[in-house]
Amino acid sequence: MDYLKQDLASLHADLVAKKYSAKELTQQTFANIKATDPQVDAFLHLNEDEALAQADQIDAAGISEDQPLAGIPMALKDNLVTKNVTTTAGSKILGNFKPVYDATVVQKLANAQMISVGKTNLDEFAMGSSTENSAFKTTKNAWDHTKVPGGSSGGSAAAVAAGMVPATLGSDTGGSIRQPASFNGVVGMKPTYGRVSRWGLIAFGSSLDAIGPMTRTVKDNALMLSAIAGHDQHDLTSSDKAVPNYAADLTAATSVKGLRIGLPKEFLGDGIADDVKQAILAAADTYRKLGATVDEVSLPHNKYGVAAYYIIASSEASSNLQRFDGIRYGYRAQDVKNLEDVYVKSRSEGFGEEVKRRIMLGTFSLSAGFYDAYFLKAARVRTVILNDFKAILKDHDFIMGPVTPTTAFGIGEEITDPMTMYMNDILTIPVNLAGLPGLSLPAGFSKGLPIGMQLIGRPFDESTLYQAGYAFEQNTEFHTKVPTLGGHN
Amino acid sequence: MNFETTIGLEVHVELKTNSKIFSPSPVEFGDDPNANTNVIDWGYPGVLPTTNKGVVADGIIAALALHADVEQHTHFDRKNYFYPDNPKAYQITQADKPIAHDGWVEITVDGVKKKIGIEEMHIEEDAGKNTHERNYSYVDLNRQGTPLIEIVSKPDIASPAEAYAYLEALRQRIQFTGISDVKMEEGSMRVDVNISVRPVGQEKFGTKTELKNLNSFTYVKRGLEYEEKRQQQVLMSGGSVRQETRRFDEKTGETILMRVKEGSDDYRYFPEPDLPALNISDDWIKDLQAAMPEMPGKRRERYVNDLGLTDYDAMVITQTKEMSDFFDAMIALKADPKMAANYLQGDVNAYLNDNQVDLSATKLTPANLAGMINLISDGTISTKMAKKVFKAVTKGEEPKAYVEAHGLVQLSDPAKLQPIIDDVLDQNPQSIEDFNNGKDRAVGYLVGQIMKQTHGQANPQVVNKLLMAALKH
Amino acid sequence: MANRINREQVQHVAELAKLEFTDTQLDALTPQLDDIIGLFESLSEVDTTGVEPTSSVTDQINVMRDDVADNWGQSAALLKNAPDAERGYIKVPAIIDESED
Repeated sequence: MDYLKQDLASLHADLVAKKYSAKELTQQTFANIKATDPQVDAFLHLNEDEALAQADQIDAAGISEDQPLAGIPMALKDNLVTKNVTTTAGSKILGNFKPVYDATVVQKLANAQMISVGKTNLDEFAMGSSTENSAFKTTKNAWDHTKVPGGSSGGSAAAVAAGMVPATLGSDTGGSIRQPASFNGVVGMKPTYGRVSRWGLIAFGSSLDAIGPMTRTVKDNALMLSAIAGHDQHDLTSSDKAVPNYAADLTAATSVKGLRIGLPKEFLGDGIADDVKQAILAAADTYRKLGATVDEVSLPHNKYGVAAYYIIASSEASSNLQRFDGIRYGYRAQDVKNLEDVYVKSRSEGFGEEVKRRIMLGTFSLSAGFYDAYFLKAARVRTVILNDFKAILKDHDFIMGPVTPTTAFGIGEEITDPMTMYMNDILTIPVNLAGLPGLSLPAGFSKGLPIGMQLIGRPFDESTLYQAGYAFEQNTEFHTKVPTLGGHN
Repeated sequence: MNFETTIGLEVHVELKTNSKIFSPSPVEFGDDPNANTNVIDWGYPGVLPTTNKGVVADGIIAALALHADVEQHTHFDRKNYFYPDNPKAYQITQADKPIAHDGWVEITVDGVKKKIGIEEMHIEEDAGKNTHERNYSYVDLNRQGTPLIEIVSKPDIASPAEAYAYLEALRQRIQFTGISDVKMEEGSMRVDVNISVRPVGQEKFGTKTELKNLNSFTYVKRGLEYEEKRQQQVLMSGGSVRQETRRFDEKTGETILMRVKEGSDDYRYFPEPDLPALNISDDWIKDLQAAMPEMPGKRRERYVNDLGLTDYDAMVITQTKEMSDFFDAMIALKADPKMAANYLQGDVNAYLNDNQVDLSATKLTPANLAGMINLISDGTISTKMAKKVFKAVTKGEEPKAYVEAHGLVQLSDPAKLQPIIDDVLDQNPQSIEDFNNGKDRAVGYLVGQIMKQTHGQANPQVVNKLLMAALKH
Repeated sequence: MANRINREQVQHVAELAKLEFTDTQLDALTPQLDDIIGLFESLSEVDTTGVEPTSSVTDQINVMRDDVADNWGQSAALLKNAPDAERGYIKVPAIIDESED
């Protein structure tokens, strides 16, 4: 097997045909990870014993045609809680934390009989765009180990890009699936808010957080989303709309003919690198050739997205992260004299710099005297941005544009400058504010680094995005390129 | 200087639901610490709350009972603060759009009726419990997430007596809805109090103080009375009242300074993003309204106008829904209303007090008590015999069967009584003579003799009637 | 530095958030926060007169759970994860609040 060459359907076919067993596939996966990950640092923990035991069980029961994901290894971003398996969210404050329950998505993939091989690295509590904010290690870009993999789902993106696993789950609050997918040349979907249950996702910005798959191909991604989506009684914000079989719509007949695509001029404006612009313009041409129309449209308030986002996400995060107080679980500071010490020292020692910065921003934005000017104003601007999208999507099937202003930047290059780092997400953030689905897929290369394209759809219309992504894939070769660096074979 | 007093009450009522407001853990007390907790109650990473429909329904019911307007487009908010019994470090409550607003209850103080306004009422979660011992605190999260309704009064309460009456009225109305036990001694009703005084004519309210440790209505009244005088004295001596929290001392009846408030707390409220907004339909409100038990005021009117009870009797019977329901059940079984009311206020209340139990915890049933009263009404037993029968009824015995088994049946048949009376008259000519000479005492003696002959079973009324007829012959 | 937030305010916010910073950290953090708050202030350029705030984008409304109790039996596992527990309670150092009593 070779995850860089095989998609989920072909792995499934091999397993059904017993070319190899789930156990052999899992063993091979761990061998690859052990060879490759020392250079990439995508994983925080591996569960080899549990994974092999699960593979044995699956082999014993046999894999049938109607279990498309059974016996196939995958990995989870480490902000998804896994029962009795260390879950850190990339933070020292959770150090050796072992949750007592499984996230709904974890349960759903277990029901689909996928094999979880381990937990992937991330920016602490998913706050960051480079995975440099992890308390444990810095993951490297699969294409160039001196570059960042993006973030916060950098480990999940690099693990797929380097061929260590065929699929991972990430989470996306302001671009955390799409941006690392773009930087690593893989496919990442941030589904509509509420499409996937958040139960068991360690909350960052509760009104923005979404879990989604990261894969090598659009079809793989569609398969994964069908497996994890759906209403969950534990998450009242999860939608009760029926979940389509997204992959079933992706066939030789899939076409974008007659579709209307909007290309916001702000997505190709100032601050967007030339190589990125060129790749997107070329992609627009591809779509035109395939029979779609591409119109220039406008998202006039796009530039306010970053400010609105950093107020809302940080405010919600400041509240969500108060539970990490050293009382009931996780890290408690030593040598404490009283309760106040437990709180202040556990939190100050347990949280990293960026997390503290966001907590400070959020606490400030909600505090007496500032709430109206910051939090409430941001919530109103959010409505304005949402309306901008609605206006375009009324007569356009989806919106296209870049995922990020530039290709992957160097490790250490932006980490000391939070403002520059925040601007990385200027093209992805508005999609979270509006709760829309956003698909990131490879659309070019510049100086050996991948360039990603973002497709933004109507609420709960992931199908159109997958179809458009699939049509693009069928007519381009970007997704077949694999990194030449790294230790995979 | 003349002063006027303004009192504000925030009343927390604990709801009697099966499960917690945002988690399915059972609402039960007295179990091992943390036995009724799950990952939600502990504020575990990744958990989400789920709104208990029963709590929202109870909120609407409470709103209806307190004449408040239900806010049909409502949502929850987070109130942020750190404390060991507050696991998420935020409480899910309603700040922006409480479930109801602008209610009122009617009180009567010294015969004067007055409406006290309710500003708003909201549903929220209770915290866990901290126990403090020497250098450590011990946290039990069983209570975490227990549903509460907080009811905030308008500044209409002008005296400690009114505060007491307001609490009585609130407790009574909530108790009748059945959504809470509303017992201060058990913590299912908790009261936070603030009070200010100002010279009559001054427009601005005076500076408020808050009172803590008020564990009964009486303590609320006494604490307020003390604090009202204290503030008046401070002002009269030219001083000014500080914004502070004071503790009521049950032993001395005084309030003692706990802490001076500096500025206000910053709870950083914002809308709870984990819970969808609520859209309460007219139909839901109508259904709950239709299922609402009759409120005490309506019952009192019915008791006085239809059943002929006195105002006082009606008030006593409607103290609790249990008592009032019990009374209504007895009336349905044709018990005489006046006698039913008298028994409930007299023997039944005495029995409950002696045994320190609630009506529901006894073996008394409306059927048995009504049966006993009907036996008195139809002359089968005397009120004196009824004392014995009541004892049996408290043990769950059926009165008619008991009366028969113990031969307690009253002798009321004139055909059987007449020969006995004739016999007694024959044997007591002196008494007849005394009677004829105007000595009424003779009648008592003769009745006593007849009762003796019948071993106490003769119906005194019938005996009296027959005896008088015989004597006047 | 435009002084949208000063050192004392930063310290006040830290107290609310139960965080502490050294002097050196405060020196670095204060201008960073000031810069970012400057970015926040750009929102005042957007006319939001009559615009309702959006606090959630879920398509769900009125979803509630029926009032049925269900004990998930997690108590023992939860207590095991606590940094300090005793007799079934979570144990924490005492609250020292000088203003009380």
